[in-house]
Amino acid sequence: MTDNIKHHLNDAVLMAYSAGSLPEAFNLMVAAHLSLCDACRARAESFDALGGEVLEQLESAAVAALRPGSYEATLALIAGGPVAEKTRDDLPCAVLPKPLRDYVGGDLNAVRWKPVGMGVKQAILPTSKDASARLLLIPAGTAMPDHGHHGTEMTMVLQGAFQDEDDYFARGDVEIADSDLHHTPVADIHEDCICLAVTDAPLQFDRLIPKIAQRFLRI
Amino acid sequence: MHLQRNHGMLADVEIDPTLGDAVSIPAMVAKAAATSMKARQRQVTPKNAATRLLWVEHVARIRDHKDTQAFAELFGHFAPRVKGFLINSGADASLAEECTQDVMATLWNKAHQFDASRASVATWIFTIARNRKIDLLRRQRRPEPEDLTWGPEEEPDQADVLTLQQETELLGAALADLPHAQRELIEKAYFGDLTHSEIAAETGLPLGTIKSRIRLALDRLRHAMK
Repeated sequence: MTDNIKHHLNDAVLMAYSAGSLPEAFNLMVAAHLSLCDACRARAESFDALGGEVLEQLESAAVAALRPGSYEATLALIAGGPVAEKTRDDLPCAVLPKPLRDYVGGDLNAVRWKPVGMGVKQAILPTSKDASARLLLIPAGTAMPDHGHHGTEMTMVLQGAFQDEDDYFARGDVEIADSDLHHTPVADIHEDCICLAVTDAPLQFDRLIPKIAQRFLRI
Repeated sequence: MHLQRNHGMLADVEIDPTLGDAVSIPAMVAKAAATSMKARQRQVTPKNAATRLLWVEHVARIRDHKDTQAFAELFGHFAPRVKGFLINSGADASLAEECTQDVMATLWNKAHQFDASRASVATWIFTIARNRKIDLLRRQRRPEPEDLTWGPEEEPDQADVLTLQQETELLGAALADLPHAQRELIEKAYFGDLTHSEIAAETGLPLGTIKSRIRLALDRLRHAMK
């Protein structure tokens, strides 16, 4: 099911996801990728195993005494009944993996796209401000303007594909770009390309018009 | 046993002919300190696989029989660790206490979701505590990957459970044996004291075998979904 993915998350990102120290937008990227990629899910869960051992082996000085009555209070919590579990919405044919559907409020047809020029559309997802997440729709065959990157940017393909000077990215593939990468990705001709893009800094476009657009369109 | 070994190493310092007269006091102090550090690490004994399997059974007893005795034992072992973990992660004592009770109640309520062919009980409790920590300390949502179908009617194979628990024990032993500085770095990462760009994922620990085990368990679940 998930064996076609060629561009994966790196260990540092997976360990940070397991440790819980990524900004929310990056957590969303990782959760979306793990929904599609069992290889990375297994790697992430092996870092969870390490977290479990850190917990298990806390030195006696770091283990904290509980408040008196702590156990009884916990039993009372349990007697109060479980918090209602979220109803499952299995949509095996959905374009958006479950964690993204939770942010969008549904699959693709629920996305509120805003045009950003040249037929490209985006939808910013509501995450914490330390990083941003957006869905991008790039019409088939369209080239994104030549651009560089500030900070770290990760882009995952959800539908269609794109190609840059070096590589080809299809559903589930993640491109990780840092400030060294300078490229002109082109959406595959066969289908509109839909991506999730997260960044901890704004993209920098090299041409005038996108630069102006960037300022008020929050690209 | 530990003490004897320590004496042996200290004796080495005193009689080592290659050091001769050049042994300065600070060097000896440093070596002795390093030795006592090692001794301290050895006191951190990873739980053996039998204990791990017992805890797996405890979770099953909570799931199947709402067994409070099993819960009390898990609570006694894990709750103080969860609270300590949360305090080390920056929570004050009262928030950590509240959050710990919540984590342990979640263990009871979600016992049916625990999969012992993919995680040890410590691993599972760690993930619950981590998620609560992000909710409460960072006030952020924690997006989780899509669930794979799992239910009590699909009990994992006992052999797979045993292997995973044994391999987690090996991981624990390797963590306990790490040099102090390296171990401390890993703890800092999991307490949230390192930003994501400071985290070095090369731990030198045997994560590969566990990863392969988990991958097999995921393959079985995927297969069961079809």
